Amino acid sequence: MYDVVIIGAGITGCAVARFLSAYSGKFCVMEKSEDVCTGTSKANSAIIHAGFDAAHGSLMAKYNLLGNLMYPDLAKELDFAYINNGSLVLALSEEDIPKLEALKENGEKNGVEGLEIVDRVRLKSLEPSVGHVPVAALYAPTAGIVCPFGATVAFAENAYTNGVEFHFDTEVKGLTPAKDEEGNSCWVVQTAQGSVRTRAVVNAAGVYSDIIHNMVSENKIHIIPRKGDYLLLDRKTGGYVKHTVFQVPGKYGKGVLVSPTVHGNTIVGPTAEDIDDKEGNDTTSEGFDDLMEKAGLAFDDLPLRDVITSFAGLRAHEAKHDFILGEVSDAPGFFDCAGIESPGLTAAPAIGKEIAGELAKALNLAENPDFVGTRKGLPDPKSLPLEELAKLIQEKPEYGRIVCRCEQVSEGEILDAIRRPLGARSLDGVKRRVRAGMGRCQSGFCSPRIMDILAEEWDVDVADITKSGGHSELIVGFVKDRV
Amino acid sequence: MERTEYNLIIIGGGPAGLSAAVAAYDEGERSILVLERDTRLGGILNQCIHNGFGLHTFQEELTGPEYAQRYIDKLEERNIEYKLDAMVMSLESGKDGMKEIMAVSEKDGLMLLSARAVILTMGCRERSRGALNIPGFRPAGVFSAGTAQRLVNIEGYLPGRRVVILGSGDIGLIMARRMTLEGAKVLVCAELMPYSGGLKRNIVQCLDDFGIPLKLSHTVVRIEGKERVEGVVIAEVGPDRKPIPGTEEHYDCDTLLLSVGLLPENELTIGLGADMSRVTNGPVVNESLETSVPGVFAAGNVLHVHDLVDYVSEESAHAGVCAARYIRDYGGEAKEEVKRIPIEFGGGIRYTVPCSIDPGKVEKYLKIRFRVGDVMSSRKVVVYLDGKSVLTKKRRVMAPGEMEELVLTEKLLKAHPDLSRIEIKVEEDA
Repeated sequence: MYDVVIIGAGITGCAVARFLSAYSGKFCVMEKSEDVCTGTSKANSAIIHAGFDAAHGSLMAKYNLLGNLMYPDLAKELDFAYINNGSLVLALSEEDIPKLEALKENGEKNGVEGLEIVDRVRLKSLEPSVGHVPVAALYAPTAGIVCPFGATVAFAENAYTNGVEFHFDTEVKGLTPAKDEEGNSCWVVQTAQGSVRTRAVVNAAGVYSDIIHNMVSENKIHIIPRKGDYLLLDRKTGGYVKHTVFQVPGKYGKGVLVSPTVHGNTIVGPTAEDIDDKEGNDTTSEGFDDLMEKAGLAFDDLPLRDVITSFAGLRAHEAKHDFILGEVSDAPGFFDCAGIESPGLTAAPAIGKEIAGELAKALNLAENPDFVGTRKGLPDPKSLPLEELAKLIQEKPEYGRIVCRCEQVSEGEILDAIRRPLGARSLDGVKRRVRAGMGRCQSGFCSPRIMDILAEEWDVDVADITKSGGHSELIVGFVKDRV
Repeated sequence: MERTEYNLIIIGGGPAGLSAAVAAYDEGERSILVLERDTRLGGILNQCIHNGFGLHTFQEELTGPEYAQRYIDKLEERNIEYKLDAMVMSLESGKDGMKEIMAVSEKDGLMLLSARAVILTMGCRERSRGALNIPGFRPAGVFSAGTAQRLVNIEGYLPGRRVVILGSGDIGLIMARRMTLEGAKVLVCAELMPYSGGLKRNIVQCLDDFGIPLKLSHTVVRIEGKERVEGVVIAEVGPDRKPIPGTEEHYDCDTLLLSVGLLPENELTIGLGADMSRVTNGPVVNESLETSVPGVFAAGNVLHVHDLVDYVSEESAHAGVCAARYIRDYGGEAKEEVKRIPIEFGGGIRYTVPCSIDPGKVEKYLKIRFRVGDVMSSRKVVVYLDGKSVLTKKRRVMAPGEMEELVLTEKLLKAHPDLSRIEIKVEEDA
């Protein structure tokens, strides 16, 4: 019998797991994919929003602000990449300025500090790359950027180290209320691998959270996958923008943003298209055209010829456009974290802390006396002073063998990514942890070597190594195998 | 930490680096180090197991590894020092004209090196799917042709059984044949442009001989399959290179190979601050193949992408000779002001290598290499010195896929002592 089963190993599920691991109990995370951070959490703007945008009084507004305040400390405690770079919302014409004022007012009501409307002159000094169109901007100094993979992996590893189990390739097929031996209410969680019993369930299933919710509640919800295409530019564009630059929101969300990433790339996106397919993360040429056109309003000379990859993410949009959080009234012991779309990445730690607290209260969980709230991330040799790097390579020569030349990632780092708790099992798993294959050649040079390393480390046939789990095998066999 | 000093460091031990090292040695330079990031010398030739290399250099048809071995033997005979598995992390200008290099390797650890002269021979990489903005899903089974070539020829892995190829660059054409010989079915080769970017002989020997259709003015408009490629949709494109609605054709396949262009790998060059060409994506060089940073030379595919390795070897040998002379004449010290005449060009020429000439530096002759931007027929290439036509070369057909060359002799340049203008033009040949 588990105390809590968390469904979904995205940023929300992993944040709940991490804060829950501060309490004593038997907890597990069930994830239908092969790794953490494979859905909405892996394909988004990677922004820590200041919190001026969400409607005052909404859960989005509340948890956005709380999450924003938590990130700087969490990034230190759990050792993931976060930069407080500030954001700008551009007014593209004089008529937009009242909208900036409305945003500022809303933000101040939400409790966002330091908001300021800046004129074009000040805007140009803050963000010199801005083009000729924008006339003014709302400056939010508390906004930031984060590595969403790094943050999710950090929450997951820390939860795991504090005793939370993780079950991958484990899709939840059914949830039914039951009674335990003592007659107390519990849930039976059915998966392809069998059933388990648990006192409580957390629904952090992203775009699937309606399916999970509707298994147990008569108050149905409907999550619409809202697709957003993105373009990612080469690291050589690093420094083109300093702030996260939005445009005044229109009816489809926050519009197109241009932002630096914590690794020095530039990201442009997202589009917004409501679709039916919960796995429909295919990009479209219309989407690319749309992004380029809209980004062109903010910048005259955005280096779009330096695109190295494009991708699409699915936001878990709920019709009422607010988070659905907490215990479901007609399903005691079932806790929703549904409708987690933007600013979900920002809100995740605050949601995690809140839900973990609610669970602890409902289940009467004691504090975990062995809880360790800090975690050391993967060592990054590139950040070491020369003498220390020399010493590291002398002691562990594998850090001197560069496998990914574009991002300068060594074999030692790739082995780390695989050997960590909840280590990488696929090419994408390695990429998300240590950036091998994330660069301008997009794994053209390094993938054959990483496939071999994965096969050696997991002791499997290289033909079974996948790009991203499931049936995404990279090769179909061996040459001359039909001879 | 102490720096180890060499006169000449060559970054990259592929065909360009090997040839440059040998030529520098033969010019008299003895303090040479070649840094190679792979586990063996020879670069990309090691995975090019087909033949056709060396017809110009050795008057023989060699395979890629055989061609490389000829140069590796020359390197070994001369006892030129090299390090394998050695990745250069940074290249900077140091004090007194010295160039400072930080490199790492498993065997030698972190290495701090300095050199009077450096030759950049890092080669090129393939354009990826992302750089093309091909829409659709992102499943496994989309490979650049060179990655597939490595998987098949070096690792012995079969990347797929039903293959669509986008782009008719030479590696794509070679892989169409290779995949067919390994038992895969290559369904089609689609090319965005109305002409192929590959060599004519490769189209005949790798596509025509195996009945693989080449569809010019076509591109991939959609990749299907969420885990592994399940299908690819190609469509015809109009003169604006945009897909024409209604021309879509679906192919059931498990693999898409991309052979859509090569990009010189100039991260170190850009980091050094050398002037770059937006056309070639390589550094701007003078007649000595020297970049805008004195004492730093470049040759081979890092400078501009070549069609044939023979020309890479030839060009790199020139860089090796020039680097050795630079060390001998200047010892790494800053040079006196030199005469630099830019090469002007027109009539459809996209770029020239070199970009400028100091006539006093030309010994015997200088080869100028260039490409045109479109397919053209019945042309002549004319060289004007100070406005006077001095050289004409007739060309029946010119194409972007075939590199052109011209030879300017020392004698011709000497005949114009006050030379101030050099122009190369492609003109109609009536």
